Amino acid sequence: MAFVDSIGRSTIDGLAYVGQLARLTARATRDIFVTPAQGRGLRYRRAVHQAMSVGVESLPILSLITFFIGVILALQSAYELRRFGALDLVATAVAISLTRELGPLMTAIVVIGRSGSAFAAEIGTMKVSEELDALETMALDPVRFLVAPKLVAMLLMMPCLTTWADFMGISGGALFGVTSAGFTVSSYFHATLNALLIRDIVSGLIKSVMFGLVITTVGCQEGFLTGLGSEQVGRSTTTAVVKSIFLVIVVDFVFTALFYVMGPA
Amino acid sequence: MANLDRESAQGAVGISVKDLRVRYGEREILHGITFDVQPGETLVILGGSGSGKSTLLRTLVGLERVASGEVWIAGKNLATISERELDDLRKMIGMSFQGGALFGSMSVGENVSLPLREHSPLDESTIEIVVRLKLEQVGLSGYEDYMPAQLSGGMKKRAAVARALAMDPQILFFDEPSAGLDPIIAAGIDDLILKLKKAFKMTIVVVTHELASAFLIADRMLLIDRGVVVASGTKEEMQASKLPRVRQFFDRVPEPELKDEMSYLQILIGEEPTERR
Repeated sequence: MAFVDSIGRSTIDGLAYVGQLARLTARATRDIFVTPAQGRGLRYRRAVHQAMSVGVESLPILSLITFFIGVILALQSAYELRRFGALDLVATAVAISLTRELGPLMTAIVVIGRSGSAFAAEIGTMKVSEELDALETMALDPVRFLVAPKLVAMLLMMPCLTTWADFMGISGGALFGVTSAGFTVSSYFHATLNALLIRDIVSGLIKSVMFGLVITTVGCQEGFLTGLGSEQVGRSTTTAVVKSIFLVIVVDFVFTALFYVMGPA
Repeated sequence: MANLDRESAQGAVGISVKDLRVRYGEREILHGITFDVQPGETLVILGGSGSGKSTLLRTLVGLERVASGEVWIAGKNLATISERELDDLRKMIGMSFQGGALFGSMSVGENVSLPLREHSPLDESTIEIVVRLKLEQVGLSGYEDYMPAQLSGGMKKRAAVARALAMDPQILFFDEPSAGLDPIIAAGIDDLILKLKKAFKMTIVVVTHELASAFLIADRMLLIDRGVVVASGTKEEMQASKLPRVRQFFDRVPEPELKDEMSYLQILIGEEPTERR
């Protein structure tokens, strides 16, 4: 009975948490689109600053990781494909799995590690040092002030980063294709373009936007939930990373299933 | 409520608290607190750790919810106030937090100018002048471009006071202004509070456990212990008080080991705790 109890309780807790995220999303979205029209501007400078740190500064590590993922993907698919003498399908395999799945996912993982955790740490530190209270006593809404610029930056940067990740991954695949599968650089990219449909790329970009939403809200929410004491900041940073990864996978599953159902028969 | 709307000539406003109760979840922290702060008066709220004095201050600035009772500031009851009214009220109060609570990602100047940028129609050059003025008032001229991390503890507090002063508040709240500072710097902060009191005649509420600083800056004092008001009055009245709890606090007598609830209640009403087996 206790087992059933605990399942019930964690289900309720989980749903409540998702509810909190939804509320935070709703408030931040209002602060991005509605509040500026009422004369309380979005902090654009802060948003640009966040976009730099979420986007531009993560390019080197993201490039490196997705390039290797591209090579690995090519190697793994070639292992199976060459048994059927279909090594020329490597470009297709790499292109589709990257744009539909691994590009957005790897981007999300990198951004969680770099930015989701940083959001939780930043807001958590502000909570511990009473800066959140200070905002409130100055009649400044922490959501408008802190979450909205991060969300804008994230929603703009995630599709850009994902596009770049797709490109770097395909380049990784090309390295294998050119050195071991008889492609030239131009024939590899040509094969890739032939294999890809706009739908593949767009579905990946839609996912990346949803991932960005999850990463921002979880990171910020964990920051807001930080308890008193500086060791709590470390705890909420870890929790933010773990919960973000889990929720990104859940969202990935939901959207992949959705695209599968909506896709052509 | 009689004295609530009576605002002083300088525009300072008073505070009236009636039977205030505040809870954290199931646990009640403040058990029915009642007191008034007259416009232009400096009230020092004294109490030991865990007495509820910080919770009381947080409630006065709207950071904790009023569970029951009334808190009247400028004709508004915090127990029933709307979000929008609370925001308006907050624009007329300033709060200096224990550690300063300056925003680490902004320079001192940006910290001070933030409320002005967000809430006032002033243009950039005017804001710059106001910031310079506020920093001058707290003795930090020329520190506009420093980051909070580059400041010492005392300077951080001064900068926080400058930020609290930015909107020309009518009530100024201080949470432990001298905590964590050496005696000389702490005296400097006391001095600053006295200066502000004299110059602006604003209502000031200070929470502290530092007796020396309390006696220096207070017009009146309020001693709270375990969520109830033990005593209140002017400096002289408090000094002369015979209440055992007051004497214990002022004479710095360590807490006797309490055997049970009953002996604690006896101490509160001034009896010797009876030994019970």
